[in-house]
Amino acid sequence: MTPTEQCTDLTAAERRDRFLSRRSVIEMRARERAQALLDPGSFRELLGPFDRLESPWLPLQGIVPQSDDGVVIARGELAGKPAVIMAIEGAFQGGSLGEVSGSKIAGALALARRDGEAGKPVLPVLLLETGGVRLQEANLGEAVVAEIHAEIIALRRHVPVIGVITGMVGCFGGMSIAASLCSYLVVLPQARFELNGPEVIEQEAGIDELDANDRRLIWSLIGGEQRYETGFADALIEDDAESLRRTIRDLAAQGVPARHRTEAVDDYRRLLAQIDPTGPLDGPGFRQIWPRGAMR
Amino acid sequence: METLNFEYEAKQPLTRRAHVGVVGSGDLEVLIEPPDKPAANVRVRTSVDGYAQVWKAVLDRFFSHFEHAARVEINDFGATPGMVTLRLEQAGELVKP
Repeated sequence: MTPTEQCTDLTAAERRDRFLSRRSVIEMRARERAQALLDPGSFRELLGPFDRLESPWLPLQGIVPQSDDGVVIARGELAGKPAVIMAIEGAFQGGSLGEVSGSKIAGALALARRDGEAGKPVLPVLLLETGGVRLQEANLGEAVVAEIHAEIIALRRHVPVIGVITGMVGCFGGMSIAASLCSYLVVLPQARFELNGPEVIEQEAGIDELDANDRRLIWSLIGGEQRYETGFADALIEDDAESLRRTIRDLAAQGVPARHRTEAVDDYRRLLAQIDPTGPLDGPGFRQIWPRGAMR
Repeated sequence: METLNFEYEAKQPLTRRAHVGVVGSGDLEVLIEPPDKPAANVRVRTSVDGYAQVWKAVLDRFFSHFEHAARVEINDFGATPGMVTLRLEQAGELVKP
């Protein structure tokens, strides 16, 4: 399901109408994204702004906090079925996860697990727009991201956990591990998805290793399309809320996969054995070694 | 970070609440809700220090036509006065009966 495949049968006029009728997910804030995905009228926020569960650590360091700590937890229905959306606000502190924002996600996942264990499945959807752990909250952030990992693994036995990386922040650090743990991962072409961000690699290994300002290079390595073509994501869709909603609904209908991506350890060993770390490897070269479908 | 407090007289009660904006670069978040006391109280937390006079001017103007008693919290991340005014008007419109 790539954007080009979806458009090939259309005339120019149809393509234009389709483009104009799109509702960009990238341009929405976290709360709007959750509202756009849930069925009209079903959106109910848990621990919203007026509960004032903000970071106690940021003001101590002279940083203005946000009333929801940059995470929106919303219950409601997606295509008529119970769902919980956990949306990270990329505009607040780079979507970083601190003690409070991370605990909100871990808590929502735990509640979904409890419902799953009781035989009342709730579809969990993670909207990931995050640089990873919030450095100002250090170990508390690390601890809670580990908790999120553990909760996803426990929850995905009962119900498929769906992750979405939209853009433009991308998904990095400990939360890129969370994205990999999801049963299904949806990406937009604008997404970036990697453990260490380009700026970090450039800073640590030098500009000869990676030029973080070279957008074409960065997206050819870790962009949404590359991640889809090499099987690290399950769906690549255009930037449209309705496409995203339909894609999530269809992936959820496939149920819990027989084998999760992170259980395919032998496949990844086979991949790593094919890579020669002494020579250069670019995006197109990697696609040849590891085309979509090389796993499973 | 600087915290500023303002108080304005109010003539009408408020029954609804609203939240707009995000604490992102050049933007701010505004929370407005019915207060405990019959006045409009504003708490501003801003990432840019030393602009108390500008905040006062922007808020004076808003509360010259917004006459509801309200508890208002503003978390600001370097928004311009124009942006602050737009967010205040947006929140004010959402809580109007």
